[in-house]
Amino acid sequence: MPLSGLEIYKLLPKTNCKECGFPTCLAFAMKLAAKQAELAACPHVSEEAQAALAAAATPPIRLITISSDGRKIEVGNETVMFRHEKTFYHEPGLLVRVKDTQPLEEFEEVITKAASYSVERVGMKLNVSGFAVENVSGDPALFAERVEALRARADLPRVLISKDPAAMEAALAKLQGTVPLLYAADKDNWQAMAELAKKHNLPLAVRGQNDLTALANLVEQVKQAGLEDIVLDPGARGPVDTLISLTQLRRLALKKNFRLLGYPIITFPGEGAASEAEEVVLAAQHIAKYGGFIVLDRFDPATMYPLLTLRLNIYTDPQKPIQMEPGIYEFGEPTADSPLLTTTNFSLTYFSVAGEVESSGKPCWLLVCDSEGMSVLTAWAAGNFDAEVIAKMVKQFNIEEKIAHRRIVIPGLVAVISGELEDELSGWEVLVGPREAVDLPVYLKLWHT
Amino acid sequence: MPVTVETPTEKWTGSVRKVTLGATAEQGGTRARTVTVGGETTLPFLHFEGKMPNPPAIAIEIQDYYPEDWSPLLKEAWGEALKDPAIWAERAEGYGADLITLRLRGVDNEDNETTPEEAATTVKNVLAATGLPLIVRGPGQAELDNELLVAVAEAAKGERIALGLCEGKNYRTIVAAALAHDQLVISSTPMDVNLSKQLIILISDMALPLDRILMDPTTGALGYGIEYGYSVMERLRIAALTGDTMTQQPMICFVGEESWRQKESKAGEGVPEAWGDWAKRGVTWEAMTATTVLHSGADIVTIRHPETGEIVKGLIGKLMAGS
Ligand code: B12
Ligand code: SF4
Repeated sequence: MPLSGLEIYKLLPKTNCKECGFPTCLAFAMKLAAKQAELAACPHVSEEAQAALAAAATPPIRLITISSDGRKIEVGNETVMFRHEKTFYHEPGLLVRVKDTQPLEEFEEVITKAASYSVERVGMKLNVSGFAVENVSGDPALFAERVEALRARADLPRVLISKDPAAMEAALAKLQGTVPLLYAADKDNWQAMAELAKKHNLPLAVRGQNDLTALANLVEQVKQAGLEDIVLDPGARGPVDTLISLTQLRRLALKKNFRLLGYPIITFPGEGAASEAEEVVLAAQHIAKYGGFIVLDRFDPATMYPLLTLRLNIYTDPQKPIQMEPGIYEFGEPTADSPLLTTTNFSLTYFSVAGEVESSGKPCWLLVCDSEGMSVLTAWAAGNFDAEVIAKMVKQFNIEEKIAHRRIVIPGLVAVISGELEDELSGWEVLVGPREAVDLPVYLKLWHT
Repeated sequence: MPVTVETPTEKWTGSVRKVTLGATAEQGGTRARTVTVGGETTLPFLHFEGKMPNPPAIAIEIQDYYPEDWSPLLKEAWGEALKDPAIWAERAEGYGADLITLRLRGVDNEDNETTPEEAATTVKNVLAATGLPLIVRGPGQAELDNELLVAVAEAAKGERIALGLCEGKNYRTIVAAALAHDQLVISSTPMDVNLSKQLIILISDMALPLDRILMDPTTGALGYGIEYGYSVMERLRIAALTGDTMTQQPMICFVGEESWRQKESKAGEGVPEAWGDWAKRGVTWEAMTATTVLHSGADIVTIRHPETGEIVKGLIGKLMAGS
């Protein structure tokens, strides 16, 4: 948590010797708080004060990165309890768990499917973030073999799950050059695990048993063994326990600046669920409420797509709707006679329309108005998508030079503006399109100049 | 142990109002039981720092005429029941609903406008078919809403049904009907904390007691604005707990209507393969929307698919454990 100018002032020598270039220690402290000066400018600052200032400058939740050859997952560094207070920054990784006891064919099939999975939403490609491999067999050689098979099939970040440091060591031999997360150190094996993590310079998950005091003490020990990159598993599993412990962890980190628990959290929704459907809704809870790495026991596009969508929604900056550049967009190879449609520059709106126009196969022009990233009705209600705005866009993007006819199709939801738009655009005919974009292909089939 | 962790708790000063739907014979109605929502003194399910005396309730949505435009998945799940709101309500009760939300469509499938008498009859039939408390929503066109909801309020006298939706432009008649016939209302505003407060003030200025008002903050479906609704709900709930009295109404979310309108749940063909199995995706879309709003303070979720009901009921049961 950054310190205020006054808090910094308390840590300075208070002699006003001016050597820092400022008239008083207080003035210097204010500049430091505003990040307009460097602490090094004061030659008299104590070591103690230096340490306190450094601690205050580190984020309350440490940023943890795991990586494969080509991809990485970064989590942590969050600063708020609720997204409306600012935004959530690092979306949680959604990882799929495989086990070394699964038949090889099935093991490889899950990996291939999940790794190649990609779904498009508002112009973005959404993917599975990574894999967790579990050493269920207890056999280090088999574990290593499977980790190797995973690496051969999927270039995505990994979590290694084993209680046995020897199995971890064997698997790590197959993952050189990458940064997996080791899961997990518990009260019995923490020393060996911490040593291993330190030796390979890897992040280590610390697993508790639904008792935050015990967890903090375990973290303390692991830190004393020299580790900085830590991920927490508080040990809670069912819906109410995970919600409560993840909320408490976030509060301790942000409100109490409690360093020992200031790390991202790993969750296993499948372990707290009685059914597949429950696993999915529990994973949804972890997306909304403070999960960092979310390990799923199953991969299914029908549930992965909603989870990826929720993650995208919750981690969208509340101040900035995802939006498109206003302008005239071409579909197919439109000619001067092709239909002209108009819509807003809210990404969700644009892509609903674009998808349908594409699937209609009809070449079209789409005029995307600058409506501050709002949906059709929201923009209309806010005065960002009315006759005046649309007419202005028609002029700004020189539509009359590109198109021979003088017809523009507006969304059915704003049928009320058609009269005014005809007044604004003299010589134009305003056509009211369907209310829902899904009905555009049929509508466009009937369109002719 | 060297370090002890003290669990940080918030000291909330306010609480959500309790609102009871339905009336039993003793209370002058005919419901088998009543449903009380609200009463929270903390954020959803954080039982360690406050109380959540009533579990969020699940309402299953039914309609007065066959919903021609509904997703084939919903038509398959309900079958013939969709043709008769009384049978539909009975089935919904069988699936474990706490409440029934009856949506009046405004027109039948031949485009004949519903008369107030027809609406009243439908409501009576539904009340006779189920012992659950009832919520009745009009078609959402100001004039028709007024006409139909007044008749409905009268026909359901004594039953303590909730009438909706009261909107900024159109709340007086509905509130007057609720006052005249001892019913509740739903106050609905488009995802905005201040608009929400203002309408509650306007409604209570008409002398309707606050324990007869539910608040609809507007729900966006997963992928279709859920983040806006989610954050507005969190802000409303935090305001309620910090003592802002006009935000202390229990929240109702029309999850089913929003999520089943989207292509993800409506369309089985012509969609990307990456969307996966249609039936599973449709139910997941609704269940995930419901889960998300439950975590931001929903007291009632109205859903459409019976399987969603089962999933969400199971989840609520577990979230309430330890309360
Ligand atoms: C999310 C939302 C918001 C978000 C904004 C999201 C955004 N970036 O736009 C927030 C919370 C900020 C918001 C604010 C407001 N909102 Co608002 N909001 C909604 C909500 C819930 C969903 C809108 C949405 O995202 N729809 C999805 C997109 C994809 O739909 P769409 O753009 O309409 O596109 C579809 C069709 O129009 C069609 N289409 C689009 N383009 C084209 C083009 C052609 C040619 C064709 C044929 C078809 C077509 O295809 C799409 C898919 O079918 C709706 C209610 C609802 N459930 O619909 C209210 C709603 C739009 N909001 C409303 C209002 C009043 C407001 C506010 C004025 C309230 C206020 N004072 O705060 C403000 C205005 C903004 C401001 N001044 O800051 C009202 C509008 C009332 C009306 N009938 O005019 C609505 C309808 C809610 C209601 N029932 O009252 N809102
Ligand atoms: S150099 Fe240090 S001690 Fe001297 S005025 Fe600046 S802050 Fe104060």
